[in-house]
Amino acid sequence: MTIALAGNPNSGKTTVFNALTGMHQHVGNYPGVTVEKKEGELKYKDYEITVVDLPGTYSLTAHSIDEVVARNFVIEEKPDAVIDIIDSSNLERNLYLATQFMELGVPLVLAFNMSDIASKQGLEIDKVKLSELLGAPIVFTVATKKIGINELLDEAINLVEKKTTIRRTTPSYGKEVEEEIRKIEDLLVKDKDLIQKYPSRWLAAKLLEGDSEVIKKIKESKYSDEIIKQVEKSTAHLTNILGDTPEAIIADGRYGFISGACSEAVKRTYEVRHTTSDKIDTVLVNRILGLPIFLGVMWLVFKFTFAASAPLCDWLDAGMGWLGDKIGGLLPEGSAIQSLIVDGIIGGVGSVLSFVPIIFLLFLAMAALEDSGYMARAAFIMDKLMHKIGLHGRSFIPMLLGFGCNLPAIMATRTIEDRKDRIVTILVNPFMSCGARLPVYTLFIGAFFPKKIAGNVLFSLYLLGIVVAIIMAKIFRRFLFKGPAAPFVMELPPYRVPTIKGLLIHMWERGAVYLKKAGTIIFAGCVLVWFLSNFPWNPQYSKDYDTLIEQAQGNEELITQLNNQQTFEKLEKSYAGKLGRAIAPVFRPLGFDDWKVTVGLVGGFIAKEIVVGTLGTLHSVGEADEESESLRQALQNEIRPDGSKMYNPLVAYALMVFVLLYIPCVATIAVIKRETNSWRWPIFAAFYSTLIAWIVSFVIYQGGRFLGLG
Amino acid sequence: MERNYLPLSLVPPGKEVTVVAIHGGRGLRMRLTDMGLNEGMKLKVLHSYGSGPCIIQVGDTRLVLGYGMAQKIFVKEV
Repeated sequence: MTIALAGNPNSGKTTVFNALTGMHQHVGNYPGVTVEKKEGELKYKDYEITVVDLPGTYSLTAHSIDEVVARNFVIEEKPDAVIDIIDSSNLERNLYLATQFMELGVPLVLAFNMSDIASKQGLEIDKVKLSELLGAPIVFTVATKKIGINELLDEAINLVEKKTTIRRTTPSYGKEVEEEIRKIEDLLVKDKDLIQKYPSRWLAAKLLEGDSEVIKKIKESKYSDEIIKQVEKSTAHLTNILGDTPEAIIADGRYGFISGACSEAVKRTYEVRHTTSDKIDTVLVNRILGLPIFLGVMWLVFKFTFAASAPLCDWLDAGMGWLGDKIGGLLPEGSAIQSLIVDGIIGGVGSVLSFVPIIFLLFLAMAALEDSGYMARAAFIMDKLMHKIGLHGRSFIPMLLGFGCNLPAIMATRTIEDRKDRIVTILVNPFMSCGARLPVYTLFIGAFFPKKIAGNVLFSLYLLGIVVAIIMAKIFRRFLFKGPAAPFVMELPPYRVPTIKGLLIHMWERGAVYLKKAGTIIFAGCVLVWFLSNFPWNPQYSKDYDTLIEQAQGNEELITQLNNQQTFEKLEKSYAGKLGRAIAPVFRPLGFDDWKVTVGLVGGFIAKEIVVGTLGTLHSVGEADEESESLRQALQNEIRPDGSKMYNPLVAYALMVFVLLYIPCVATIAVIKRETNSWRWPIFAAFYSTLIAWIVSFVIYQGGRFLGLG
Repeated sequence: MERNYLPLSLVPPGKEVTVVAIHGGRGLRMRLTDMGLNEGMKLKVLHSYGSGPCIIQVGDTRLVLGYGMAQKIFVKEV
């Protein structure tokens, strides 16, 4: 049998889902949309049960994709039971969704979750009476302690076996509305196919509410003309006599039904004036303290992520190196197959894995902020500021995460409900200078800027990224995604202590998506760059390196030199090298028409820090990192064909700006593809950001020259 | 509009008011209704950043209203 879990966001739905299915869950997508579909299996008594976690929603209107997905699942897949998770300490609002399941006439079980908190707050619920009034069995649960989970399953099975004695009911919307509903129903029943699929009363009510999806459905009916005419007539009639739109009256009817039932069966033994959450909020969202506390929290998140991931990254690196050596040793030395496996495949897997510690730990920290309820406060605190750039509070966290790594940052945009806001946030996110770009800055700042101003130069780059992001967000909002900002309403959940299990599951869910979906694209990208920089495999060398190396036996220094020269020449003559030379003139107006840098920039598509390593190879200094003095010297001494110096501080700065802004790395592109579910946005992001990079570098270089700086 | 109606943005924190009208598109009104804020309901302003966003309490629900939203909700004093 199939059970669907429904409920408001923050009702503890996910906790119930985890309690039901444990680790036996998998994530997919509902067909054709980006909404995540979580499913899990369990065995209970003699039943094999599939639990489907519907998206968390407040309602079942056609206004949001989540709601449409949830209700279509219930209507089309006809689950054997729907369990609606209700936050007991917020009964009336949570029951609003339940009334809409009642209208659909589905077998419904109400899980009054967090019932312990409700009773602590002085709420006394007469379970039997309320069950009868609402027409659905009620089970008290405390999902975090696994209380009531089996009873939930028992009630669901009772429904399936038709052992429940409770009679289903639906809210009444008042005499006038009911009359009009009946008139519309009389026309609807003519279409037998339609009525087989949908309850007629529900259809009629939805038509009065002006539900766009239902109207679309009705237009396919052969009786659509009469039906639509009647709906228009009824709507006009109701608006006229009741002085409000039918949807407002129907909503009133639902709330009326709920408060009627609650006033009979729910007692408040005492009034809770200030809950603990409200008390905490007087400090955390305080006008003066709110912002500094928030920034402090974010600082801790970064500190934690990078401090904890550094050793893990080192182990992974060492592990992959060891694996490469071991496997490489089994293969013919210097062969293409060895290089493919060691540098291409193992190297590619290595770069996928190298993100894992940071991504997982950042998601762990984010899950803690989300589950504790702090995230909603952060959105509130940042809303005013973000509004100035046409976005709202929810966009701030992803932007901030971008300074660590753009991958989790872009995945974190999922909390932004409005699609326009979400895509704008995704598109400008790569301008937040991520950690991988830092080595490039370190190298060039070290080589071309005095120590005294090094910090300021670095800071100016980060700042420039933010400024460009703000400008682009404004431009996108004005031209690409016109229209007013989506209204930003969000529930403020009470503070809760997150459970370890919940945090781990959240971390794993997101991390697994990265590994599965983005991983493959990153891997393919790495193999492609490996191919470009290694083929043709045996180029025509200017010297016979093999013989020279043999002759130099014993002279280690000479051998290293020869080896470096050979790698240099191989890369120079590879497709990547040729590409570098071909593209280099494009950068002449920016000051750095250096084919070596261009090759580095091509490699930087895999990960920005690769620019450094590639430059090391091309300057024949062997393995180099950003602190390498010999590489810095080589860059300082680089000359143009006419004998003048290639680099000066201005050129170096223009180059760093280019690295900051140009095409996001392949992993980011892969995540943009994954999160927008189309190739359109990642391709757009790749081109527009490279164009912006060129323009900004151009302005800086030419402007600097005009001012006599270089 | 009667004189004693005022936008929510002018209500100081701590005050309890009744929602009279929500001036916004269908989408906004429906969304607020779904989240528990309907015309005729009582609400209390918990925190407010001036004309910017605010946090309100309706029944047992606490809602964050983003920038500009508070100007669209008209209330009267209880």
